[in-house]
Amino acid sequence: MDVHAPRLKTRFFTALVVLSSLCGNFSLSWGMRQFGRLVSFSPLAYFRAVCNPWVALGISLLILWLFSHMALLSWADLSYVLPVTSIGYVLSALAGRVFLHEAITSWRWAGIVLIMAGVTLVARTPPHSSGAAT
Amino acid sequence: MRWLLVAVIAVATTVSDVLQAAAMKQHGEIHDFRPGAMRRLLAFLARNKLIVASVVAMTVSFFAFIALLSVADLSFAVPATAASYVLETVLAKYLLKERVTLGRWAGATLVACGVALLSR
Repeated sequence: MDVHAPRLKTRFFTALVVLSSLCGNFSLSWGMRQFGRLVSFSPLAYFRAVCNPWVALGISLLILWLFSHMALLSWADLSYVLPVTSIGYVLSALAGRVFLHEAITSWRWAGIVLIMAGVTLVARTPPHSSGAAT
Repeated sequence: MRWLLVAVIAVATTVSDVLQAAAMKQHGEIHDFRPGAMRRLLAFLARNKLIVASVVAMTVSFFAFIALLSVADLSFAVPATAASYVLETVLAKYLLKERVTLGRWAGATLVACGVALLSR
């Protein structure tokens, strides 16, 4: 098997991890903006935040993220999964520009280019290095 | 306050990821995605101490993250949480015994620098 071409399964779960985390964070951020300032040690304040529908949707998506992340880690290395899924940062910056009309400064464009380069480098390594080869 | 929350998030995320990766390596590759096999997998996960500890760390990180979101923008919060990239790669090499090749070091470093630039 050509280890340099990640299997469909690896690609599918990587996409699922990235998208669930992207949509989950977006939804959480939206909900917390509605909720207002929360810096409290009272569990009740957190409970009320969790009852906001956007926060609840965000949490559901993060549960999906948790399971897809665990599944991916069952055959791929952490040192592979971590950089490869960071493509999510690029997508979240682009989503901020498209949906929230946030500006992307030249520093942030430079950051996007570096992340893309890093992701490309790591994605070329075989996902599984330790123990027996899959 | 912001940076205290960032530090809590970075440490808790690192601990959670490393424990989760260790547990899933113990389990081995998931091949079967049918409901019966998924139930057995859930039972494995619920009984695994590493997974339970990982979920506790993730919960700490999650509540620190929503507290951070309430005082800062997503474009500050998300990149700030990535402070742990290189640390996690080091732990992957020494604790999880992964073979971290030059390509992976270079990639992780580029990503960490890129994420730092994103938060500017």
